[in-house]
This record gives sequence, C-alpha cells and structure tokens, in this order.
Amino acid sequence: MRSEALAFERPHTDPLSHLDWLESEAIHILREIAGECESPALLFSGGKDSAVVLRLAEKAFRPGRLPFPLLHVDTGHNFPEVIAYRDRRVAELGERLVVAAVEDSIARGTVVVRSETDSRNAAQAVTLLEAVSEHGFDALIGGARRDEEKARAKERIVSFRDAFGQWDPKAQRPELWSLYNTELKRGEHLRAFPISNWTEADVWAYIARENIPLPDIYYAHERDVIRRGPLLQPVTPLTPARANDKVERLTVRFRTVGDITCTCPVESTAATPLEVLAETHQATLSERGATRMDDRTSEASMERRKREGYF
Amino acid sequence: MALGDHSAREAVTGAERDGGVLRFVTAGSVDDGKSTLIGRLLFDSKALLRDQAEAIARSRHARADEGELDLALAVDGLEAEREQGITIDVAYRYFATPRRTFIIADAPGHEQYTRNMVTGASTADLVVVLVDAYRARSGQLLAQTRRHAAIAALMGLDIVVAVNKIDLVDFSETVFAAISASVDRLARALGVTARIVPIAAKAGDNVVDRSTRMPWWTGPTLLELLETTPLRAAKAGAALRFPVQRVVRAGGSTREAYRGYAGRVESGLVAVGDEIEVASSGARAIVAGISTFDGPRTHAGAGRSITVTLDREIDISRGDVLGPPGIRDATAVRLIADVCWLSDAPWAKGRRYILKQGTAKTGAVVTDILFRRDPAADLQEVASPGALAMNDLARVRLTVQKPILADAYEDLPATGGAILIDPYTHQTAAALFLRSAEQDESASEWSI
Ligand SMILES: Nc1nc2c(ncn2[C@@H]2O[C@H](COP(=O)(O)OP(=O)(O)OP(=O)(O)O)[C@@H](O)[C@H]2O)c(=O)[nH]1
Repeated sequence: MRSEALAFERPHTDPLSHLDWLESEAIHILREIAGECESPALLFSGGKDSAVVLRLAEKAFRPGRLPFPLLHVDTGHNFPEVIAYRDRRVAELGERLVVAAVEDSIARGTVVVRSETDSRNAAQAVTLLEAVSEHGFDALIGGARRDEEKARAKERIVSFRDAFGQWDPKAQRPELWSLYNTELKRGEHLRAFPISNWTEADVWAYIARENIPLPDIYYAHERDVIRRGPLLQPVTPLTPARANDKVERLTVRFRTVGDITCTCPVESTAATPLEVLAETHQATLSERGATRMDDRTSEASMERRKREGYF
Repeated sequence: MALGDHSAREAVTGAERDGGVLRFVTAGSVDDGKSTLIGRLLFDSKALLRDQAEAIARSRHARADEGELDLALAVDGLEAEREQGITIDVAYRYFATPRRTFIIADAPGHEQYTRNMVTGASTADLVVVLVDAYRARSGQLLAQTRRHAAIAALMGLDIVVAVNKIDLVDFSETVFAAISASVDRLARALGVTARIVPIAAKAGDNVVDRSTRMPWWTGPTLLELLETTPLRAAKAGAALRFPVQRVVRAGGSTREAYRGYAGRVESGLVAVGDEIEVASSGARAIVAGISTFDGPRTHAGAGRSITVTLDREIDISRGDVLGPPGIRDATAVRLIADVCWLSDAPWAKGRRYILKQGTAKTGAVVTDILFRRDPAADLQEVASPGALAMNDLARVRLTVQKPILADAYEDLPATGGAILIDPYTHQTAAALFLRSAEQDESASEWSI
C-alpha cells in the first residue's frame, strides 16, 4: 500500500524566508542550551522580546514541557498591565515561574536604594545574581538583541560569566559556526541570547505572523504624559507630576517596557502589530534612544552595566 | 495603502522577494575604511537611525572634519575601541533591503587579530575585502589584504574586493585596472575567483547608490553584488547532515507515545519516506514523519529546525548524526585538518582537547603538525616549528576518541567545521577545517 505521506514529489530545495531562518536559528540555540546545560532558566519579563523567546521555546520543546522554569526579576517598578500579562501567560502555558524580587534584596540589605523612585535597573543585576546562586542556574536565556545597542553588538550568542557574574568583553570565547562552548566550572554561568540576530522590525514581523499576545500598552492607548526634552514621561504613582509640569493626555504606545521610572512611550496610533511594524520601518529614532532615559547618560553606560552583570 | 503598510505585510508573509539572510564579513587593513563602509551601508539603507547618528556627531572621539559624520563610530562598540580609534573584536550589524536581509560581522584588520576574522567568517557566506586605492595605487597589494583573501579562500567564502577611497586617486580607471590585475593574480594563486568593485565609502559612491563620478564603471554596485550572491546553505545536492540535539519523548506509555529526534538540518534535505542511517552505528530506518510546532511537513531543507520520527526503534542519542545510507563510512578516528589557533595559550603537545562537531563532543589529540601555512604568501606551505600559537594556520593530523564525520569543510561546512576546547581553561582553543580521513594507517601510533 502506498502511504499518503509519500504521495508527493521529493523537492530538491527548501529555501527559508528571513523570518524562518531567524526562527530556526533561535530554536537551535534553545535546544543546544537544553541539551548542554544542567539547570537553565528563561528570563520572562512580560516584555515583547521575552514574549517572542517564550513562543520560540514552545516551538523548540512542544509537545513536551519546557525543560526549564521561567524567571522574572521583579523590580517592583512594574507596569501593572505587564505583571497581569506575565501571570496570564504562565497560567495558559502551565509552566513554572520563579520570581526574584529586588524588594527582597533590599530587605536582605544587598541592595540599597536612595529613594523609592530611583530607577532599579542597576539593582536588578544584584537580584538576578542572587537568584542564580540560590537556584543554582547555570544558564540564563534572555531576549537581548545585538541591534539594540553598540555594546550588545559584540555580545556572543552564548556568553560566559565568571563566578562573580561579570562579563569581560576583552576575554570573550571566540564563537564559531553554531558550535557553542558551554563548558563551565562551579559557580560560573552562561547567558544565552536566541534572538541575538533579530532587529526590532523582525520582532514585530514575527509577533504579527505568529499572533503572539502582548501587554496592551504596546499598542496605542491614551495616557497622561509630561514632555521632557525629546521624551514623553508617563505620569504614574512612582513618577508623579511636579509643580510646574504640564500634563498632556496623548495617544501613545510603548516600544519597550522596563522600569516604570525610566521607560517612556512614543506618540502613536498603531493598534496592531502590522501597524507597529509599519511605524518601525519609518522610525527615525532607535528603540532605546526613544524610550530609555538611563542609556543616554553616557556613551558607555550600557557597556558598564553589562560588565557588572546586567542583562 | 501606505508604503509602510505594504512593506510591513511583506515582511510578515515572507513574500517571494524575500531572498533570505546573507551573512558577510568585512576585512581590511587598519584604516582601509571598513567601519566607514559599514556605517555607510547602514546609513544609506536607513538602518542607522537619527539618534544613533546624533550620538556619533556629539562623540568625544570623532575624527571627522567639522560638520561631517564619522560613520565609523557607529560600529566601533567598546569603550577601549572608541578611545584608541580601532576595532578590537567582532561586532555584528544588521540591515535589510526589500530584496534581502543582511548580517555583517565586522572583523578587525590588525595582524594579531586574525582569529577574529576566522570567527566572523565561520558563519559568513561571503567576505568583503577592502583595499585602500591610494595605498595600493601602484597596483601592489598590502600583506594584510593577501592574508585576508587567503583566509577567505581557506574557508571557502565568496570573495568581493571593494577598492575604497577611489576619490583619493581621482576616480582613476587606470589605478583601478592595476589593482584589479593584482587581485586577479592573487585569486588565481589561491585557486578562487574574486569579484571587484570601485567605491568611495565616505561619500557613498557605488556602495548603495551608483556613482556619477566613475562613468567608466558599468559593473554592479557593492549592494547589488550582495543582493544577488547565492546563499551557501541553499546549495542543492549536498548530502544530508542532521545532528540530533535532543531525544523527545511524549505521551508516556499511551497509544500516542512518541519518540522524536529534534535538531536542525545542517545540509541537504530530508523527506518523509527517506531511508536514513545513524553515523555512529550504521543503523538504518525510514523517516516516518517530520513534525514542527506548526504542524507536519513532507520535507525539510538546510537550516530548518524540526523533529524527525522513524518507522522503528533504533538507538539514537544527542550527538548522533542522521544522514543518507552509507554515512557511517564517512566517519574516522584519525583525520587531516587545517587549524587556526585561537587561544593565547599555545597548543600543548599531547594534551587531550574537547572536540565539538555538530552536537557531538569527544576527546581529541593533535598528533602531528604537518606544515604551517603562510597566509601573507598565498597560504604557501612552510616548515613547521612544532608549535602552534594564536593566529597560526597549519595542517595537522588528529586522533579522536570516538569516530567523527570526516566531512571536508569545502563541501559540508556545517559538519566540516569543528572547535577544540581547552579542558582546563575552557577557552575555545582552535578552529578546525576538516579535510579528510587519514588514509595512511601507519601515520601515527597514537592511541587515545
Ligand atoms: N577619502 C576617503 N577617506 C575615507 C573613505 N572611506 C574611509 N575613509 C577614511 O579612512 C579612515 C579610516 O576609516 P575607518 O573606517 O575607521 O577604517 P577601518 O578600516 O575601520 O579601521 P579600523 O577600525 O581601525 O580597523 C577614516 O579617516 C575615514 O574617514 C573614502 O572613501 N574616501
């Protein structure tokens, strides 16, 4: 009997579109980490990049369960919509979520904050490394992209961290082909970036193609904001309007969602992934330039934070 | 419909014009203008955005004349590089045209960083070798240019020579012709072909936009060359190589119990109904299904991540490679390879390194250095001093603990390339370009 599956002409080529290529590379990286590391974790913040990595993990490991827990480093400075989204996704997927809270590091005394409203981006690195040693993680999978920032452009796909969690940009292991060097000694760990080679436009194209759900604040909504130079600062309980501030109600969306004290939306009416993508093609400001107050301070600020263990 | 909407929809649907991803590496001597060229490609294809351009303009280290962007600063990433004005590690850059998506590995030009070019080139389809038209105006190529072309030839890349700073020789056709003749001679000596294009990266001539200042040039622009080069992975007719990453079990002991082999097709094509063989054991089976999260497929070509199921239970684990019947005959324990030493710790004679090929790891000893290659002299063989230090290129004989595929790098780069990892420092010590199995049984008495 001739099986149904054989009733086709065997083709000779099978070209991949650029999104297929990126997707397949990311799946390969995730499976390598799962195959070579004993105790990885996938960082899931509820942001769009980590939502994409999460979908890629489903693609890599379904119908089985994910071979690692999800890890969220909770700054306590969150957009409520993002936390709600995080919990909804975790429940839908039936996976395990580990939350490492900056608040707990503050209680332990390992993080000291000057004021409640200071950005907690730097503190995040401390809490993350505490979670690495508490849970014995040997690899952290994250959604960082090389196109985000100049220091990230040099980052390996699988990147080594010493026993202090530090990144030494001058002593990186050369990374050839897709052969990742995952050898570790006790206390050391790896960072793995499956979407290293994606651009912001690729991420949005993929979200559209795959119908990946995101927190609503990624799409156009009305919000009270204050103009600060080229940036729009959202008015929130942690970033209230000051005496002379002029509060405006604008239609905006977020391009990234980070610490609420330093993440700014952009004016936009884009309500769907395709509309966001269309705007991305016409954007004149980079993702971080338009939205992050912390990266602008010095030319080298990202590189310094990365060396200290920041993701 | 707005133009933006149109390109957005195309990006999502992977429209017919999607020419996939071309990866290329840039190589040149210090100050040939590599960083400027990359900045130009990004700027003219609009991948370099306004704030990034402004950050360049307000940089403390800008070298350009007043009022001009120093495009090179867009790509020199690390603090030390900005201070010294040099590139010290491989950086990756991205841009897309309506025809294709590009990933650039920016590899530095200094002699002591040959390893970075090898690293950048390992994932590339093509290399753009920059030549400074002014410095080469007599037709004489720099040693560093010869070195980069040699490494590209060793690694089987397509070579495009971009003759930059043509403005400094008054857009002279005669100077270009002299350089072109030297490039042809070099390519012949290396046994490769090279395409060549005259450009001025700083002003943008023939990079993305066609120059009006070189009416004698009727060939393609650099971007046109990049858009039309065939992709390496798409090479039809290559043998199947499917390294298994994970064995997937689901469904426990139910009727739907499922055992699959997850991995990426590294070369060739696999289809349902094909007979496959496991390289390590020679066991054979028929492909019963190819599954993905998005549903079953009838076939999958190079580059696709899939899960394969077979018509019978055979012993397969991570590190195994599925290939066509007969693949077991392509494995060996003693092999000949070209090596590029990457680590600052030199080769330790007798040390057992960890060799990684595909998803397989095994112990490996470099038993003999057959000869060294001089990359500045068209890869000429030179007598071996019996040592290997960082940036050295050599032909070696090696013995591995468990048989690996003796795939020739020029035919099957995904499995013909391997790395050595130092078992003590865990540094990536060397890149291997496998050439063949060692035929001479008496060649070495090493047992491992
Ligand atoms: N006249 C002229 N100058 C150019 C051109 N392209 C680059 N330059 C200049 O050449 C110098 C070196 O350029 P870079 O791009 O920094 O050189 P590089 O090859 O990247 O050098 P490293 O980063 O040190 O490896 C700079 O001063 C550029 O402005 C060109 O087409 N014409």
